[in-house]
Amino acid sequence: MKKALVSIAFGLTASLLATGASAQATLNSVKQKGFLTCGSNTGLAGFGQPDAQGNWTGLDVDFCRAIAAAIFDDPTKVRFIPLAAKDRFTALQSGEVDVLSRNSTMTMSRDTQLGLDFPAINYFDGQGFMVRKKLGVSSAKELNGASICTQQGTTTELNLADYFRANNMKYEVVAFATSDETFKAYDAGRCDAFTTDASGLYAERLRASAPDDHIVLPEIISKEPLGPAVRHGDNQWGDIVRWTHNAMLNAEELGVTKANVDQMKTSENPEIKRLLGTEGKFGEAVGLTNDWAVRIIKQVGNYGEVFEKNVGEGSRLKIKRGQNAQWTKGGLQYGIPIR
Amino acid sequence: MNSVQTVVSQTSPPKKSFLYDPKVRGIFYQVVLVLAIVYLFYVAATNAVENLQRAKIASGFGFLNNTAGFDISQTLIQFSAAGGTYGDAFIVGLLNTLVVSAIGIFFTTILGFLIGIARLSKNWMVAKVAMVYVEVLRNIPLLVQLLFWYIAVLGTLPQPRNSLEMGAGFYLNSRGLFMAKPVWGSNISVVVAALVIGLVGTFVYRRWAKAQQEQTGRQYPVGKVTLGLVLGLPVLTWIVLAVTGANPITFELPRKGTFNLTGGMQILPEFVALLLGLVTYTAAFIAEVVRAGILAVSKGQSEAAGSLGLTPGQTLRLVVIPQAMRVIVPPLTSQYLNLTKNSSLAVAIGYPDLVQVFMGTVLNQTGQAIEVVVITMGVYLTISLVTSFIMNIYNRRVAIVER
Repeated sequence: MKKALVSIAFGLTASLLATGASAQATLNSVKQKGFLTCGSNTGLAGFGQPDAQGNWTGLDVDFCRAIAAAIFDDPTKVRFIPLAAKDRFTALQSGEVDVLSRNSTMTMSRDTQLGLDFPAINYFDGQGFMVRKKLGVSSAKELNGASICTQQGTTTELNLADYFRANNMKYEVVAFATSDETFKAYDAGRCDAFTTDASGLYAERLRASAPDDHIVLPEIISKEPLGPAVRHGDNQWGDIVRWTHNAMLNAEELGVTKANVDQMKTSENPEIKRLLGTEGKFGEAVGLTNDWAVRIIKQVGNYGEVFEKNVGEGSRLKIKRGQNAQWTKGGLQYGIPIR
Repeated sequence: MNSVQTVVSQTSPPKKSFLYDPKVRGIFYQVVLVLAIVYLFYVAATNAVENLQRAKIASGFGFLNNTAGFDISQTLIQFSAAGGTYGDAFIVGLLNTLVVSAIGIFFTTILGFLIGIARLSKNWMVAKVAMVYVEVLRNIPLLVQLLFWYIAVLGTLPQPRNSLEMGAGFYLNSRGLFMAKPVWGSNISVVVAALVIGLVGTFVYRRWAKAQQEQTGRQYPVGKVTLGLVLGLPVLTWIVLAVTGANPITFELPRKGTFNLTGGMQILPEFVALLLGLVTYTAAFIAEVVRAGILAVSKGQSEAAGSLGLTPGQTLRLVVIPQAMRVIVPPLTSQYLNLTKNSSLAVAIGYPDLVQVFMGTVLNQTGQAIEVVVITMGVYLTISLVTSFIMNIYNRRVAIVER
């Protein structure tokens, strides 16, 4: 018995030492595993949600598939790990996931104090409120004294406190761990209002027992730049995530789509040539092969295609491009040049 | 004595090799084990520090002084997003955990004892109902029960506009139970003084009655006098004050506001659901502990009490329960600890306990996972040790005294 205890103690020590020494780069470990682990939402229509068969769909989910396509030429080599808002950063910090792609807001404190980096913004959003129509409220300014359901550990929770304080109004906050519990409580009548990012309000409204009974108030009370996050310190991995997003944006701007990407390889446009790897060695510079963007566009699509399919006019959410339109069309999405 | 010792030393084996001495080997292995464990902790700690530094995650407990910036639904101390720090949020969560645990332990003890005794009732119906209660409640996970109370029971209460009026300033709706809030006047000190006099009087009277009984065997109506002194005296003082127009207490009634009732006192449905779930669940276990304790008292004790002319009620109260307590107390302590620790399931139904506020929101807003988890573990460890310390003192008092 004593011998067994001693050997267990030594075994534990050895294993701890081993994990301490192996701070290998994320790309290598992903290649070694043969798949990407992607922290996703626990279920938000249009952004990250499993269907009845367990297939994940959504804008954030497709972003992970794009990274997998760039690395493995196979968008299915992703394992999705559903994470509640309060667990997501810990899961990324501790290495449980390689990339976090679940509508997380980039803020200065998260970027500088949590050991995280936000290489890209794949959805520009803002926080809003949803209420029942029969309440007769038409503006967030009329919510004095209301009880409000929100998800804990989010920027939403902080903006809510700021907004009511700034407008000198009282409220009662009821915070839940997951978006699912939060919305259920609102739908059951526990709260007068439900608050989250505007995109989330439209997505969650679809799950209400009677979606038409609810309205989204016009006020947007915050800036919510949502994007994927990676661990601080692995710059190569951050580059892969950043340029995956930029490749998808540039593809849309240049008119390269899932359908025409093979034809476009013969294009004489130097920008398209650099994007598709027929000129220069941009893929190799981030640790991949030069046709990395071709794989992304062919397997997943450009940014516009992914947007339309998941949250745009072609989807159940019917969200307008708005701020998420290309900069050439008055939006904020601006693909950094590949050159 | 001396002779015995010499015998022992004579029969002990002759000198063996130092290496093969089992005592020396035992000490050696233990020293090695302790060193290995110390080394293990050292490596783990330095590893964590190094990893945190590499990931540029700030460490230390300084974050507790930063402004929190979020609100909490139930706060027993002053707390607001404007000035509250993460440290204040920690205290709010801690107090909420302690409140729900303390009230839970109080009610679960009463319910558990009632059901445990009911299971042994000679009335078939009562015994079977208690048995069904225990078997059902014990075998359903607590989380499921909490969600049942929160969603299926309290979730079906009417909206604030159709609040159930229960009279005397009580209202019930989906936002909780509302009641009149007492506002103390300056004369309240007179009532408090009456209560203190009542308590002192009771203490004196009880000692006198006990001494009288021991000397003369006469019994005095201790219960009635206690009730009169502790409850009757303050109430009488109050009535006199109210009649003379110096009412020591006024009530603030809840009024209908735009969204909900405002003013008065509000008990959150999250608190009620958590309390109901914890009490009904833990009571099932305590009932079994009580039943085991009572069954452990030999039947001869009840028979002896009966032959002395004690009623079944007196037998239970004076003979069986006191002897059962020494069997009951140790497992009862575990159930109290379970209840306290289970209160962390509050996170599923939005009650702001320590885990929800501190391990949830604070951890997430600050990213200080290691510090937050260490503090939380320390708190639960402290609560557990204090509970078991108090119960051990009680256990020593009720333990059988051998003469």
